[in-house]
Amino acid sequence: MIEIQNVRKSFGSLEVLKGIDLTVAKGEVLTIIGGSGSGKSTLLTCINGLEPIDSGKILVDGTEVHAKATDLNKLRQKIGIVFQQWNAFPHLTVLENVMLAPRKVLGIPKARAEEIAVKQLTHVGLADKLGVYPTRMSGGQQQRMAIARALAMSPDYMLFDEVTSALDPQLVGEVLDTLRMLASEGMTMICVTHEMKFAREVSDRVAFFHKGVMAEIAPPAELFGAPKDPELQKFLAATH
Amino acid sequence: MFNYNFRWNQALNSLPQMLEGALVTIEIALLSMLIGIAVAILLTVFRLSGNRILSAIATTWVEIARNTPALFQIYMVHFGLGGFGIHLSPFLSLLIGIAFNNAGYLAENFRGALKAIPDTQARAARSLGMSAGKAFRHVVMPQMLRISFLPMTNQMVWAILMTSLGAVVAMNTDLYGVTSELNARTFRTFELFAIAAVIFYVITKAITLSARVLAARLFRY
Repeated sequence: MIEIQNVRKSFGSLEVLKGIDLTVAKGEVLTIIGGSGSGKSTLLTCINGLEPIDSGKILVDGTEVHAKATDLNKLRQKIGIVFQQWNAFPHLTVLENVMLAPRKVLGIPKARAEEIAVKQLTHVGLADKLGVYPTRMSGGQQQRMAIARALAMSPDYMLFDEVTSALDPQLVGEVLDTLRMLASEGMTMICVTHEMKFAREVSDRVAFFHKGVMAEIAPPAELFGAPKDPELQKFLAATH
Repeated sequence: MFNYNFRWNQALNSLPQMLEGALVTIEIALLSMLIGIAVAILLTVFRLSGNRILSAIATTWVEIARNTPALFQIYMVHFGLGGFGIHLSPFLSLLIGIAFNNAGYLAENFRGALKAIPDTQARAARSLGMSAGKAFRHVVMPQMLRISFLPMTNQMVWAILMTSLGAVVAMNTDLYGVTSELNARTFRTFELFAIAAVIFYVITKAITLSARVLAARLFRY
């Protein structure tokens, strides 16, 4: 379970998170929508401790992420994150990209790490790209590789930070299909996205962020069908 | 007035000795590069550490290595340290002096290379649970070394040429030293140094060309 309690965070004088309260249960798929600068991506990087917070608390399975005593390297093993820019490691092949963390972080022997990597890459439809360098692949393929790379650590939670925003339109579908598959397998996911149709289909709940505040959170049918927050109404009208 | 008679045959008889000297030159350059790369990586880590003292050590090293004559650096290792009672052989003095110079230049190259690697690479590595050290070692450093590959081969060429500065510490087994001693015995100055120059040229050219072949293999991505 991920518990976010009254989290505040500023970059300089700009407060990007103004007291967020949110709980995500095991197996839940939560999507976060909202305009740019609403703080939704920042929240994700706070959850796995890549960004510090100013006040409040984030607990992952009861462990306080920003407590001094918390071993973030250990904690991050169970929280996978995939970014808008897929950040493939260009000097490694697709297979090596996915094997790296299991080997170097978990200390899994090479043969076993390779098995895990092949399994995850097959899962995301890249079984035929094992020996290829990522820069030779399309953005969609690199993004799917990044998903496999995160999954190879067998995380309990997956965070997706606008993973389709940097892709050419015709490549968005393949990545969303991968996310749909994960959701249907019961993975606990928080997805920051601009894909409204996707949010509507896969989410258990959808949260709308506006200017650092979570303005509304509800199951998709309710949030899209009968939005209460006036900003959300405007936002949905603009994105149709 | 211009009555110098070329005696190439006499000079060429010394070729085997000179080639032996060339091997010593290559040996010193290679070792100095290996030491230089290792130290440069260390200096880079010092600079990234955020520790003021370590960072200052690295910056001082780079500044001295790049802004004083390599000849002074080698001279200081031999005679400067000698003043403190640390007496190193000409071979070691030359090796350490060149390695010092290499490390300074390479550390600066590495710094430039790091700028070409997006921060998001380390961030992605950290998000997979890697410590800062592991992220550097497995994700950032390999890319840094690849980006610096051509500057490194330049430095290797420079290291080969710098061995001739062994003259100031009475080094006499490298290519320059051997040539110089042959010259003192035979006075075939033009011939001997011309041959030595050709050997230097062949060595450095071989380095540049093989580096290009190697680069094609390393830069597969």
